[in-house]
Amino acid sequence: MIAFENVRKEYPGGTLAVQDFSLEIASHESLVLVGSSGSGKTTLMRMVNRMVEPTAGRVLIDGDDVAALDPVQLRRSIGYVMQASGLLPHRTVLDNITTVPVLRGTAKREARERAHDLMETVGLDPALASRYPSQLSGGQQQRVGVARGLAADPNILLMDEPFGAVDPIVRSELQRELQRLQHELRKTIVFVTHDIDEAFLLGDRVVILRPGGIIAQVGTPQEILAAPADDFVASFVGADRGARTLHVERVDGRDVVVDADGRAAGVLAGERPS
Amino acid sequence: MNDSPFVESLRWLAEPSRWSGPAGIPLRTLEHLGYTALGILLAALLAIPLGLAVGHTGRFKGLVVATAGAARALPTLGLVTLFALLMGIGLTAPLLSFVILAIPSLLAGAYSAVESADRATVDAARAQGMTELQVLTRVELPLGMPLLIGGVRGATVQVVATAMLAAYVGNGGLGRYIFQGLGSQNYPQMIAGSLLVIALALVLDLALLLIQRLSTPRGLRAA
Amino acid sequence: MTWVLDNLDVLASYTGAHLVQALPPILVAFLLSLPLAKLANARGWLRTSVTTTSGLLYAIPSLPLFVLLPGLIGTSVRSPLNIAIALSLYGLALMVPTASDAFRSVSRDVLGSATAQGYAPAARFLQVELPLAGPVLLAGVRVVAVSTISLVTVGGVLGVPSLGMLFTDGVRRGIVEEIAAGIVLTAVLALLTDALLVLLGRLIMPWTRRVEGSRP
Repeated sequence: MIAFENVRKEYPGGTLAVQDFSLEIASHESLVLVGSSGSGKTTLMRMVNRMVEPTAGRVLIDGDDVAALDPVQLRRSIGYVMQASGLLPHRTVLDNITTVPVLRGTAKREARERAHDLMETVGLDPALASRYPSQLSGGQQQRVGVARGLAADPNILLMDEPFGAVDPIVRSELQRELQRLQHELRKTIVFVTHDIDEAFLLGDRVVILRPGGIIAQVGTPQEILAAPADDFVASFVGADRGARTLHVERVDGRDVVVDADGRAAGVLAGERPS
Repeated sequence: MNDSPFVESLRWLAEPSRWSGPAGIPLRTLEHLGYTALGILLAALLAIPLGLAVGHTGRFKGLVVATAGAARALPTLGLVTLFALLMGIGLTAPLLSFVILAIPSLLAGAYSAVESADRATVDAARAQGMTELQVLTRVELPLGMPLLIGGVRGATVQVVATAMLAAYVGNGGLGRYIFQGLGSQNYPQMIAGSLLVIALALVLDLALLLIQRLSTPRGLRAA
Repeated sequence: MTWVLDNLDVLASYTGAHLVQALPPILVAFLLSLPLAKLANARGWLRTSVTTTSGLLYAIPSLPLFVLLPGLIGTSVRSPLNIAIALSLYGLALMVPTASDAFRSVSRDVLGSATAQGYAPAARFLQVELPLAGPVLLAGVRVVAVSTISLVTVGGVLGVPSLGMLFTDGVRRGIVEEIAAGIVLTAVLALLTDALLVLLGRLIMPWTRRVEGSRP
């Protein structure tokens, strides 16, 4: 379990990234922080592995204040996946994936074997093991990033807009893979994005942030859609534009789901509700 | 004699007696190389750790850039003659000027090597749990190695030239031939000495250029 | 200080001679580097070979070059012209790769949109490409200026009048003050020229000035 207790982050120079934030994230939960730039979402996520130190308040993992833990050991125990993958350009795919296990003292051979397994888990061709990051496509690089984040078998996985830099088709593919992985692995995931559709797709719970790390609403995607807390949330999720208000139209004997503007969203499966 | 001074200088070089003894070309070349190596080594011991520290922490960055820039304005010959006069004959005076003149290049090379690493890559390495020293030695340094070698290359050019000028105040090295030729109005000998210094400088520079190319990490080549 | 005060006329005349040898090479290196860099950028292999050659040329110590040039182009070893030509070569060795980088740093999109707006090639070069390459070019000229002013002193060992004469004369006569004066004057001359170039850059490239209160 991860707990944020009244954390605040003020940068030298007076920029207030996070005002006062409290939240509990259950183990095995996938929590998405979503907001536009300046919402403090990345700052909050980076407090978990002490890449950012809060100015006030505490972050606890399973009851332990992270401030009391050695930052290097802490980071080695937490998976981290970032945008544009952040892979080491001078190391091969295999060496990138084994970085953390090797830092933690795992024998090279063992780490490599596990890395091969991981490549399969994230859907990478094992033939790519000896390639350098620059020789991979964006989607492949991102998969290596995920494999690297999982390499030390961490309980917690931090994901900082990991799919932000790839094209939409690859992105939805990677999102589906992550869903599948999470179904198997049951990690505690803190996922940061500015894309509300991605948030609803991947989050067990979603936190919608206003500028300054202020929580506009927390809840499951269903709860948020059913009852947006205020106009800000409604506008953020697109409810005010009618994009989320769907109704059914009968076309050629099939039930087509259409939004408020008349744009088709899909076909209704099974019996038409009466 | 109607031969061009270049032909005469080749004749001077071809003279077998020039290739042996304490004033011979092999020994003078070794002297020159020794001065250069010693100067670079001493300067590197000071400048490289400092440059790496500045590049890694980002502290005193402005100061280092400004100092390295201003040091270029120092006239080499001025330092060599000043130290010779203050400290007399011996190795200390020329070495001091070699070290002072090599430091700016080495400092700038080490500093820019570390600074050139992509901040996102460094951030990711740290987020994975690398210690600061591991970030420096496993990420920043390998990625910036060509720039660091570039600094050594610049310093070597500087010190080879300075070591030649040191012969003006009585030190050994290949500069001797030029200054002796200058004193005795022997233009062919001056040319011969110049050719030797140029050859030495070019060989060193090409060798370092090769090392610089080879030091580019494979993942970054032809990407 | 007494030596300095007694020899102000000597210092003034050496400073003058120093500038006469240093300033033309700086200007020549700058002006010639522009067409050479444009030419080099036209072909990849040409650019690589120009950069490599420049690097090697720069690795040649100055005194041997001063000595060799007369045999190659018929100047006299003791003439200021000989020094100025050698220093122009060094200036080019530094400046051509920098200018090549400078032109490559100009965004292709900006050049493309200038062409689309109807700039003729010459006008596009003078009014768009050259100004945008300006900051990098300026950085290059500053390095050339400082290094040229410092290198002029080496001519002193050949008897070519410049502040370098203070070093050779000082060491022969054992006057520390004379050498110190030479070092200080050379450095001041170099740093002053550098400061003037920065000032000039701000005047002719106002868009590079940092806006008051804005953060980098």
